[in-house]
Amino acid sequence: MFEKREPTAETDEEVSAAEPMIRFEKVVKQFGSNVVLDHLDFDVAAGDRVTLIGPSGSGKTTILRLLMTLEKVNDGVVWVGGEPLSHEHKGRKLVPASEKHLRRMRKRIGMVFQHFNLFPNMNVMENLTEAPVHVLGRSKSEAQERARELLSMVGLSDKEKAHPTQLSGGQQQRVAIARALAMDPDILLLDEVTSALDPELVADVLDVLRRVADTTDITMLIVTHEMNFARDVSNRVLMFDRGRIVEEGSPERIFTDPREERTRKFLDAVLAGE
Amino acid sequence: MSANWSWERAWEALPVLLEGFKITLLATVLGFVLAAALGLLIAVARRSLPKVVSTAIGAVAQFIRLTPLVVQLLFVYYMLPQFTALQIGIVVLGVHYSTYMAEVYRAGIDAVPVGQWEAARALSLPPVRTWRAVILPQAVRRVVPALGNYAVSMFKDTPFLFTISVVEMVTAAQQFGASHFSYLESLTLAGLIFLVASYPTSLLIRRLERRLAY
Amino acid sequence: MDFSSNLEALRNSWPRILDGILVTVELTVASALFAFLLAVAFGLGAGAKNIVLRGSSRIVIEFFRGTSLLVQLFWFFYVMPLFGYKLEPLVCGILALSLNYGAYGAEVVRGAISAVPRPQWEAATALNFGYWQRLRKVIFPQAWAEMIPPLTNLLIQLLKGTALASYILLQDLTFEVEQLRRSTGDTLFAFGVGLILYFVVGYVLTLAMNLLEVRAKSRLGSGHTVREMFGLAPVSEKPEEVRT
Repeated sequence: MFEKREPTAETDEEVSAAEPMIRFEKVVKQFGSNVVLDHLDFDVAAGDRVTLIGPSGSGKTTILRLLMTLEKVNDGVVWVGGEPLSHEHKGRKLVPASEKHLRRMRKRIGMVFQHFNLFPNMNVMENLTEAPVHVLGRSKSEAQERARELLSMVGLSDKEKAHPTQLSGGQQQRVAIARALAMDPDILLLDEVTSALDPELVADVLDVLRRVADTTDITMLIVTHEMNFARDVSNRVLMFDRGRIVEEGSPERIFTDPREERTRKFLDAVLAGE
Repeated sequence: MSANWSWERAWEALPVLLEGFKITLLATVLGFVLAAALGLLIAVARRSLPKVVSTAIGAVAQFIRLTPLVVQLLFVYYMLPQFTALQIGIVVLGVHYSTYMAEVYRAGIDAVPVGQWEAARALSLPPVRTWRAVILPQAVRRVVPALGNYAVSMFKDTPFLFTISVVEMVTAAQQFGASHFSYLESLTLAGLIFLVASYPTSLLIRRLERRLAY
Repeated sequence: MDFSSNLEALRNSWPRILDGILVTVELTVASALFAFLLAVAFGLGAGAKNIVLRGSSRIVIEFFRGTSLLVQLFWFFYVMPLFGYKLEPLVCGILALSLNYGAYGAEVVRGAISAVPRPQWEAATALNFGYWQRLRKVIFPQAWAEMIPPLTNLLIQLLKGTALASYILLQDLTFEVEQLRRSTGDTLFAFGVGLILYFVVGYVLTLAMNLLEVRAKSRLGSGHTVREMFGLAPVSEKPEEVRT
């Protein structure tokens, strides 16, 4: 039903061993006088599952939003799959990306939001097929078939015709995950996807995400407070504070043996609340 | 002319008033269609066009909204003698009210949560599709009651067209009153017809409002 | 007609135009004040516990909202004389405008008062205030700040409605603009001037109301910027609530 995807010819070209899937190059992002990201440099390889942790305001969500082109960089360049995302090539130079360029690049990235953001005026099936039909140009039947596969994976096959308002928060979020995956993105961004859910509903959503991680090789960037989930799914953890990477490493190392003071303090505070 | 109500005179007045009412209704319906369509255009344009253009459109709309309909009617009526008074009346009424509708649509669009815009962007939906499939269905649904209320307002404002000699219902009443010495009957009937037409409609709209919440 | 001779005609008729503006403003302000009184009276009545009071207020409100402004104006101008009351045009205008817009205002007042949170009433009762005291000292001041934006909208509607007065022989601004058109033969110029003058009057009135709102809100602790105050929209405009 849901198989591990074979790398396509496209992906081969763009994602070689040396070419990172995501690269932030000296990225600066500020809101007014508040500098949220301060000359940030980091890479994410294809197939990586990276969890971003850190206090609020440390810039984690901003990184996701920049990747999803919901914000523009003030300085620096964001690269996706070897191509510039925040900019485009004009001759030999790099200029800020045009809307056309952004729209082309965006198709490779999917995002699941904290507040689901399903379209309330459409039912579940319509939510899932809207973008594949109107952006990827798939036929309605193709899109519906794929939608059914995804609904089955997230455990909501019987909710095809339901409206978002008839679903619980956890169900809505699972539909949102399916909606993002329906676009077959190379990168999946998860922005605190369980923070707005009642505790009983969190587990189902995390299970779906574990399944996604196990059955695909999609690159995932996760912002979350769910440390157990992070440990299960990610191969890298990055600790952020005030727009800079404070520490990084594998989940086991970071959670059991944090080296930096700030990391330790943060983990103590979060794990105490769990 | 006396202050005593004469049912005879009232009965005579009625058909004349109803003839005028046809014009009133026509002006309301056509004016409303124009206002609703143009208002939507203005609201969407202000949200999507570059700042300079949208500010200019906004300024013109404000100016029209805040100056008297009567003066606008007279203005266009004198400037364009080649059109009939009714045509001018409908268009000016429609344009005047489109500026109100634009505000109503704007509020509806602003009320759509920003997450909807972001989700559409995340899915790479092109702007036209975003407006058509995501934003407008949600925005318009919210403001249908307000639009309905403005339709009722327009209906009650059609008498302003009398200033450019459109024989709508109140003009008919006044003319009948003058020629048949029966201002009391004709004007009272005119008022009652307005009341009977607008009050139940307003109630219906209020009920619609309650049923439309998501 | 060229521009300079238009300006000449404008200069000559300026005194009369000013008179016209004066009549318009008189009519507007007098009607607005009277309308406000009616709005408070019927707004309170419509929210009252007593069903007779509530019902009769409701009837009066819906009656004056539902029968159109021009009908009401003509009624006072043409029908009242039949009952022996020959009213001056200015009085007709004020009566019609204040009854019509007072009825709309009553809805606004009722809505604003009912929007004051219930705990406020209870606190006032706990402090042993009588009904009128409660209203005056606690409820109304809070409702007042909420009321001002929709009332400002109604005020502008009222101003625009005064243009009808020229048809019952009042020499208001619209009347004088017509005169200017006749003397210059230039519709564009005359009405352009007229529209701009109405706009200016409306802007001044909006400013005054915004000032009132800023003052009312500052007494309650929530502020607005001066820039917002000078904007053309009432400081916290909610368009859907207008003129239902």
